[in-house]
Amino acid sequence: MVENKHKVSLKDISIFYGKLHVVKHVSVELPENEITAIIGPSGSGKSTLLRSLNRMNDHINGMRITGEAMIDNQNIYADGVDVVMLRRKVGMVFQRPNPFPKSIYENVAYGPKLQGLRSKAELDIIVENSLRQAALWDEVKDRLHVSGFDLSGGQQQRLCIARSLAVGPEVLLMDEPASALDPAATAKIEELMLLLKRTLTVVVVTHNMQQAARVSDHTAFLLGGELVEYDVTRKIFTTPQDKRTDDYISGKMG
Amino acid sequence: MPYQQKLVTVAGYTVLLLTAAIFLFVAAQAWPFFREQVDLSFFTGDRWLPVSSPPTFQIKGFLVSSLMITTMAIVVGCPLGILSAVSLAELLPRQVSVRLRSVFEMTVGIPSVVFGFLGLTVVAPFVARVFNLNTGLTGFSAGLVLSVMVLPTLVSLADEALRAVPREYAEASYALGATRWQTIWRVIVPAARSGIIAAVLLAMGRAIGETMTVLMVAGGRLTTPGSIFEPMRPITALIAAEVTNAARHSEQYHALFAAGLVLFAITFAVNAIAAAVIVGKKGAA
Ligand SMILES: Nc1ncnc2c1ncn2[C@@H]1O[C@H](COP(=O)(O)OP(=O)(O)O)[C@@H](O)[C@H]1O
Ligand SMILES: [Mg+2]
Repeated sequence: MVENKHKVSLKDISIFYGKLHVVKHVSVELPENEITAIIGPSGSGKSTLLRSLNRMNDHINGMRITGEAMIDNQNIYADGVDVVMLRRKVGMVFQRPNPFPKSIYENVAYGPKLQGLRSKAELDIIVENSLRQAALWDEVKDRLHVSGFDLSGGQQQRLCIARSLAVGPEVLLMDEPASALDPAATAKIEELMLLLKRTLTVVVVTHNMQQAARVSDHTAFLLGGELVEYDVTRKIFTTPQDKRTDDYISGKMG
Repeated sequence: MPYQQKLVTVAGYTVLLLTAAIFLFVAAQAWPFFREQVDLSFFTGDRWLPVSSPPTFQIKGFLVSSLMITTMAIVVGCPLGILSAVSLAELLPRQVSVRLRSVFEMTVGIPSVVFGFLGLTVVAPFVARVFNLNTGLTGFSAGLVLSVMVLPTLVSLADEALRAVPREYAEASYALGATRWQTIWRVIVPAARSGIIAAVLLAMGRAIGETMTVLMVAGGRLTTPGSIFEPMRPITALIAAEVTNAARHSEQYHALFAAGLVLFAITFAVNAIAAAVIVGKKGAA
């Protein structure tokens, strides 16, 4: 198997909230068109690490980051990096589905409209394509103008995915995207992730280990802010090198 | 039911009963007038002649004045109030907002006679000079002063509505590459829309009901104003100015209550719409 080229590469990343050292010297390279899972007990810095990739942590007072975070060999924390452009390239889906209190159509059209797109015909195409990509089109095509809140939780999460896709990202960050969903809706999201990796690089935080094992190609195990182990998912779950990884995946740890 | 809850319930019903009682009282006092008045000239006529014989009571001029001044107060007050609320809720550092809010809450306690006094001595002369008028005591000046007076209501309610918008919406917006400004105007303000509309309506109710300021600043002419730059007398000022001189149970006395009833109906309608908007929002969420 040929290794895909690296899309994201972190070198010695440390993240602080004030004095609190939350992510500790993480270095890792994430291949393009793969799903990388970040697993670890809660509080281990998974979300913080994920959110550093689209600089969502910038909004937090007292946040400080050191090291190098490269996407396509460009340091995203370098001076002069346009955060708006970065976030178009690196989309994000959150733990709880958070559609805007707008129609399904307006939710998906939001990103393109931010960029100044006004043409109804073009917006229509983007909305349809994004909803198709998110495997939601068939369920909503007859009611694009009802509120996004009228959808079920799983559909809302796929709407949020469609909304991210509408701005044409290359990387999609997903922070426990199925943790608020029932098993059937979770299965749909996982199926969708497998489709998305054909065109995107996906990074997913999960503390559901079956999920990581099912969908991801590589897995990173984070504990207390340290990257304990990073490897091909199958190896992490069958022959982990570190005792702590073994303990975690076999349920001996929280 | 615990003791405190009982107390609150009793207090609630007392307020409700009192409001109903006030309404019934006003309606009863207005009734002798409406019984005599068989056409709609009360609303459409321009003659308020309480001491001629026979006396005539027509309130179009006062109604139009109330409308003009309230519109002015809202048209000026709304952008100001909403921008202030956005600044408090979204733009200013949190510590600054907290301080400003408590300063703002104190302004609620400023008696309206103080605003009237400022209107009389500062705003009216200023308006007269700027617009080259004979007198600054006009609907315009009164509306201007009122636009400031409605701010505490408007700002605190709009601020509250904005702060109630879930943080997740803003996060989603930023993650899509929105700027702060775009996030505020395209997501947060629309999400708070019904709360803001309710705030505007309640501010409007406040403006319609304000008495002392308009009595002092609006000028007091009794006929329908041709423009907002003329002296005028809204319904509240009419009642306040005349009710002490009207002999009890005279025609004028009952006519003033009739005007009061109209005012009551308008204020009630505006507040009811505001309440409906608020309840509608809760139902939708
Ligand atoms: N905004 C914040 N300010 C301060 N500390 C935070 C903030 N967000 C998270 N933390 C702390 O950082 C640590 C890692 O949090 P997080 O990245 O959310 O972990 P995970 O996603 O693995 O559960 C936790 O100890 C948490 O309390
Ligand atoms: Mg987390």
